[in-house]
Amino acid sequence: MENTSAISISNLDVDYGSRRILSNISFDIRQGEIMVIMGGSGSGKSTLLRTMLGLKKPSAGHINMLGTDICHASQKELYKLREKMGVAFQGGALFTSMSVTENIQLPLREHTKLDENTIQIMTRIKLDMVNLLPYENLMPSELSGGMKKRAALARAIIMDPKLLFFDEPSAGLDPITSAELDNLIVMLKETMRMTIVVVTHELESVFAIADRIAILGDGELIQVGTPEEIKSSTDERVINLLNRTPRENIVDGDVHLQRLTRDNQ
Amino acid sequence: MIRTINNLGNYVLTSIEEIGRTFNLLLIIAWKILLPPYQIFPIIKQIYFIGARSLTVIIISGVTIGMVLGLQFYNTLERFGSVGVLGSAVALSIIRELGPVMTALMVVGRAGSSICAELGIMRISEQVDALECMAISPDKYLVAPKLIAGILCVPLLNFVFNVVAIGGGYLVGVVLFGVAEGSYVNGMIDSVVWADVRLGLVKSLIFGMLITLICCAKGFYLHLSKYGSQGAEGVSRVTTDAVVISSISVLFFDFLIGALMS
Repeated sequence: MENTSAISISNLDVDYGSRRILSNISFDIRQGEIMVIMGGSGSGKSTLLRTMLGLKKPSAGHINMLGTDICHASQKELYKLREKMGVAFQGGALFTSMSVTENIQLPLREHTKLDENTIQIMTRIKLDMVNLLPYENLMPSELSGGMKKRAALARAIIMDPKLLFFDEPSAGLDPITSAELDNLIVMLKETMRMTIVVVTHELESVFAIADRIAILGDGELIQVGTPEEIKSSTDERVINLLNRTPRENIVDGDVHLQRLTRDNQ
Repeated sequence: MIRTINNLGNYVLTSIEEIGRTFNLLLIIAWKILLPPYQIFPIIKQIYFIGARSLTVIIISGVTIGMVLGLQFYNTLERFGSVGVLGSAVALSIIRELGPVMTALMVVGRAGSSICAELGIMRISEQVDALECMAISPDKYLVAPKLIAGILCVPLLNFVFNVVAIGGGYLVGVVLFGVAEGSYVNGMIDSVVWADVRLGLVKSLIFGMLITLICCAKGFYLHLSKYGSQGAEGVSRVTTDAVVISSISVLFFDFLIGALMS
């Protein structure tokens, strides 16, 4: 693993309207590592991913990705950078009017001038990597949840990106399919030397694939460290997350009553 | 009272914002279609969807409206002993007004709603975000082919509508009621001038752009609308809005263009 940063996030604030979602987030993701961003529901991990993808503008701070500050980049610069990125969305985000093959070939057809044979061969290589070769002509509606995620992964890596983002790879999958996807992510890092960012809250997956883990809680970065450092963390929020301890809901009687009756006053 | 004024103010502001966003989308597309890669095959696909697949609806509605016009004009003109001008009355009504308006309304109902729903679903299922992340401009890839196809197809469909509607009027007037074929056809040829055809053409071009733009913008910007977080229901509501706004815009612009060009 190299020690230079592929992604560097500094003092990042993200708001939705007047609501602050992420506050003062700063950490680096090194080249060639698998960084898992984890946290409970509503912790801001999906917002952080969208901001890193340039789909959400931050209110403050910087994200430097492969030498480009995506918070202040022009659309042309952003598109240039995105050609070096692959993204596998949680639900796959496959184009429903295209077959699996057509979905996977789309970035190649839009961004390269490769001949038809090369495109077909590259598609089959990637389909084979994700074990979807027998299903190349199926439509996305004919695929299971796990197959959709694998097809999305094949599309994300078709351009051999330097950065791969994977949103909730294990969500909604059975343990075996989930483990297969975890193996695939590790294999991609080892064979293609990609920097991989995975957003998830599945603890088993996290410790199976992560080189380092960033833990978010209530919009703040709680800790960044190796799996061992995270496991031995003394931070209460990290311990609660790892031990699946339910949050204590301290209820103020007056406030609760006011909330229940506010529209009738 | 304050709440009503507040809601009205919000509605006006939202409407202005939406109009601005829609116009901005038009400008972005007008610029991006000049830049390679050119979306030839997606445009052909959309021409097939908006144009070819609307033909049946256009032909059926055209013949029916032509027949209704023939019937109504015949009954009216007969009272004044002027059935000889039936051809002119049917042709002028269709070429100047009913052809462009009815074609546009039919395309809104058949293709516009579908375009809006398709883009809305793509938006909520992250397909638009996926395109962005693949460095493929979604406005150029998804909206531009539909807009170009709309601008090209509506005038062509309007031409088909005009022909079959005039044929429908002929069926009722000449075949059914026995109006002289010569007076129907010659009256039509004598009375229809280039200005009438030009008016119909300008209307159908503008309607084609307008309805495709509104339906595309409604679906494409679903996430920015008040229905953005409502999933499938949001798509259904935004599609209804797109059809209603497109239809009303067609009627409003029909008057406006007619007033400016007459």
